[in-house]
Amino acid sequence: MDEDLFLEDVGDSWSFQLGGEDEDDLHEYQAFLGSSFFDLSGDPFSQMGLGDHEGKQFCWKKTHTDSSAEEEEAREGSLSVSAQTIRVTEAVRDGDALTFIVISQKLSGSGEYHVARTHEDFQWLQQCLFSQEVVPGILGVIFPPLPAKPQLNAPTKVLKQLGFLAMGEDWRMYCMALETYLQQVAAHTTLSKNKCLENFLTSSEPPGRQRVRKGIFNRLSQAMEGMRKEGHKDVDDFFQTERDNNLTLTGCSKSATERFIDVVLTEQKLAVACGHFSTALHLCVEQEEDSAVLAFSKICVKLSEVIDSIKRNFESVAENNLSTLGLGLDLESRCQEAEKEMLYRRTCKLVVLETASRNAERAKPVKTAAMDELKVAAEKEFDHVSGVAKQEIARFHSTRVELLRQALILWCEKQLETARDTSFRYSEHLQAFKGLGE
Amino acid sequence: MKMATSSERSPPPFPEDLEPEPDEVGDQDSDDGEDIFLGADNPLEIKMDPSLSASDIASSTKPLSEASSPPVMDILSEPASEASSAPMVDLLMEPASEAFSAPMMNLLMEPASEASSAPMVDLLMEPASEASSAPMNLLMQPASNASGAPMVDFLMEPASDDLKEPPKPDIDPLADIINDTPLSEVKTLVAAMPQEPPSDLFDDEPSELFAEPRQSNTAKQQQTSIFDEPDEDLFSDPLGEASKKPQNDVFKEALAPVAKASNVCGPLSDNYKEDPTDIFTEEAITTLPSAVSTVSVNSKTNGVHSDEEEPDIFAEATVELSLDSPRNDRKKKEAGKPSASAPAPSVSASASKPQPKTLEELEEEVEDKFELNISITNPEKVGDGMNAYMAYKVSTQTTLPMFRSKTFTVRRRFSDFLGLYEKLSDKHTLNGYIVPPPPEKSIMGMTKVKVGKEDNSSAEFVERRRAALERYLQRVVFHPSLLQDPDVREFLERDDMPRAHNTQALSGAGFLKMINRATDSISKMTIKMNESDVWFEEKLQEVEAEDQQLRKLHIMVDSLVGHRKELSVNTGGFAKSVAMLGSSEDNTALSRALSQLAEVEDKMEQLHQEQAASDSFCFAELLADYIRLLGSVRASFDQRMKSWQRWQDAQNMLQKKRETEAKLLWANKPDKLQQAKDDITEWEAKVTQYERDFDRVSATVRKEVLRFEKEKARDFKKQIIKYLESLLQSQQQLIKYWEAFLPEAKAIA
Repeated sequence: MDEDLFLEDVGDSWSFQLGGEDEDDLHEYQAFLGSSFFDLSGDPFSQMGLGDHEGKQFCWKKTHTDSSAEEEEAREGSLSVSAQTIRVTEAVRDGDALTFIVISQKLSGSGEYHVARTHEDFQWLQQCLFSQEVVPGILGVIFPPLPAKPQLNAPTKVLKQLGFLAMGEDWRMYCMALETYLQQVAAHTTLSKNKCLENFLTSSEPPGRQRVRKGIFNRLSQAMEGMRKEGHKDVDDFFQTERDNNLTLTGCSKSATERFIDVVLTEQKLAVACGHFSTALHLCVEQEEDSAVLAFSKICVKLSEVIDSIKRNFESVAENNLSTLGLGLDLESRCQEAEKEMLYRRTCKLVVLETASRNAERAKPVKTAAMDELKVAAEKEFDHVSGVAKQEIARFHSTRVELLRQALILWCEKQLETARDTSFRYSEHLQAFKGLGE
Repeated sequence: MKMATSSERSPPPFPEDLEPEPDEVGDQDSDDGEDIFLGADNPLEIKMDPSLSASDIASSTKPLSEASSPPVMDILSEPASEASSAPMVDLLMEPASEAFSAPMMNLLMEPASEASSAPMVDLLMEPASEASSAPMNLLMQPASNASGAPMVDFLMEPASDDLKEPPKPDIDPLADIINDTPLSEVKTLVAAMPQEPPSDLFDDEPSELFAEPRQSNTAKQQQTSIFDEPDEDLFSDPLGEASKKPQNDVFKEALAPVAKASNVCGPLSDNYKEDPTDIFTEEAITTLPSAVSTVSVNSKTNGVHSDEEEPDIFAEATVELSLDSPRNDRKKKEAGKPSASAPAPSVSASASKPQPKTLEELEEEVEDKFELNISITNPEKVGDGMNAYMAYKVSTQTTLPMFRSKTFTVRRRFSDFLGLYEKLSDKHTLNGYIVPPPPEKSIMGMTKVKVGKEDNSSAEFVERRRAALERYLQRVVFHPSLLQDPDVREFLERDDMPRAHNTQALSGAGFLKMINRATDSISKMTIKMNESDVWFEEKLQEVEAEDQQLRKLHIMVDSLVGHRKELSVNTGGFAKSVAMLGSSEDNTALSRALSQLAEVEDKMEQLHQEQAASDSFCFAELLADYIRLLGSVRASFDQRMKSWQRWQDAQNMLQKKRETEAKLLWANKPDKLQQAKDDITEWEAKVTQYERDFDRVSATVRKEVLRFEKEKARDFKKQIIKYLESLLQSQQQLIKYWEAFLPEAKAIA
């Protein structure tokens, strides 16, 4: 969600540049910004001058000169921990906040780093990654998606908000998602170089905790998305197709995830219903010597066991679904979202470039030089972004397929195992019933 | 001690303040029974006979018929002619304390018949005054006084007549009401009523004698108050007092003979009505009418006490005994009384164990003997529009000789099934049979079918109904008694079934049932059944609890089925979206795998759907069946209660008739007396009949419930095995699906 920041910045900058063009969109957007943007005073970027950006012409450039960001991203260096060993082992709930234990192994020698991080820390990390403006074409990077912050106070909303990540006991799914996020960041050639990551993984003290914006920008960007992106024709066929594909895949993976959540939820409901049924059957048991009554009681007890087996079957099936394909689909859909964001950023850059070149063409002689300069800068920026984006997309596709493959195989294996177990148990029950005396 | 416990368990339907007493008295009564046998040996040979015969009855029912009649006959014939006088005195003085009732019975009977007159009176009078020191004897003496005095005066004439013409109603009612011992006395006293002298005599002595004890028995005051009114009504005051006091004493002392003595002293027409019932509660009620006319009833009383045993045993005895019955009532009464009071427990103890076994064995034999397969197939819509109906093919395959051929097929419509149930229910529910109920009419479901929507739900409805009808019919024919019903045979065999009428009323089966249930529960509240049998009470509670549980289970299975269906739908949805995902996927291997996955999920949807159907058919339907069946079980319990109620009503009526007679007798209106006596005979017969009905219904209900439970266990087991098989099968199918998909997943590059 925090990619939005760039979008806004970008949007901001080009909208100012746009001047009279696309008036309708512009006004809407500005109105939007005007109404909501400045509420977010606690934003780390408020220091960057965004808070008082009104009246400034090219505010997104300002981020380059932002002091706090500069401090964090200052030195580049390779990560001192192995990306593959990063684990998020547990989530400890403390009041309204969840604290996650992050463990990673040192590359040099043996030994592990154990750190406790809150979701705010994760958000801080994500912010840092976004704000590496020194890296050329950073906007072309598909940032690993960070799962949204769980709303602990509204258990019913959480499921809607997080889907699979809210399921499972003790936030296990959520931990796994965070783990995947960290691993992806650490494995990323560009992002892993950020000092913040090293800091995040190794420092026993929590890194600077700035308050992070709420989800407003997410919605904001969503609202803009439709307006901006869809209509704009890409200059590059590759990106045009990628955008089209991404659009469908995002929709499909999202709906598949939702459907799958329904399946898992129903399985869980079934497990609960079986549990009730099994318990109720126990109540039918009567203590009597009467042979017929006794026989019936026996049947009830046996049946209760059978139903219990069915219950356990559903439980493990649901669990399997959750931990393998469910997580995989969730990640897939979030990754698609991330790619979409990236593509959108690039499209925005494209629009900036196009506007700049148009402006340069039409510019009055006095301003020509300045306009050309702008155009060249935009061109350079766009080329950088496109270049990075191409690499990123290729990388993204291969990891994504591998990821889905893993999920599917694991899923299939687990389900097969469960099915075999259950089938064995059923046949045992069947034998037991057949052996039950008249 | 069966009697004691049963009387405790079931307070009689009298005012509450009386309730505590029957318990004690019941105990006394049973003590009494023992005493009878203990003491009976001592006094006289004559007395031994009846008591022995009585004990014989207790231990073994068959000898009863032989043993009981001759000795009793002897007693009456021999000593009666002797003019018992001297032995009488002895008897009364010595054994009276213990064995008083049995000998008394005989003694009093005999002299009465012989009209022992003066000597007896004298004898009895003297010891009475003397014996005032020993309370036991005391009690006896007034009793003997009472009996003695009137005997002289009254029994002289009519009693002798009675003996010669045993069935004379005159004596019977009195005899019935009060146990045998008092019987004669009551009669005598009642007879004495019009005669002042005896009552005076009576009045003086006993009142003095019992003056002291009376004060001490505060607890029994209610009793006296009850007797107060009738006393005063019918007799002169002194007599009333006299009768009251001894009673008090009786209760206070809590002695066996006392129970009888109270009868002796309370021979008032009103008194004796309430007396026995109070004292003996259920037992008294049952024994009294049983003694009324035939010995067969006596044997029945045994049956009543030992409700748990099968009446079959007694059936034989009944037949044999009844041969003797017309000869003379008194003997029967004598024989009947002891057998009714004391021996009952022993009989029940011995009979209860072996009986159920034989029952079960019988049942199994019956079931194994024949082969009868019924299937319902080919549901077909006949006609159009709202007049359309579904016709089902009912195929029977059997080896039973009662059918014309080995296989035959008929077409029946739903209302025919309802009609069959109506007929069966009319005939058999009354007798306490559990008639399996057909599936309820579903206007919703049928309307859909009629409208002709060929969708899933109407097809499912038809199939569901077909299966339900099949199960219903199978339950009917597997019932050994129902199978014998000509209507069942007709239903299975006859080609042109007359159109069943009045099933329209059944259409609102649910509604009707609701009303029935409501009225039933009301009557259940109002008719507080005086349950004499723990078994029934417990079973009824069990049945009700089970009904609740099954309903609960049914709801749960319903929700389970609902979830399964939901799962099926969701799986289908997932399959579709996976297919979409696959089709928009660039990577060919992944795209193929996803399409495969979509197919697998489609199959799973099917599997879940089948499983939902299986859940529904195996469990939900089974449970629904049994919830309906439990309704029938309850109906059979209700039937038993109704039959009990009828019997009780008849008994009350009989008592009213007796009252009338006693009043008439007192008022000395011989012209109406005959009518009253006829009435009494009629009602006695009815009481006997109803009691027998009740016993029969009870036995049937018991048998049916046992059978039902057995069937239930078997049915459930069968269904669960079926269910497990389907479960296992679908699980194995699932394994196959996964196994097929795994290589696809691995093939993703």
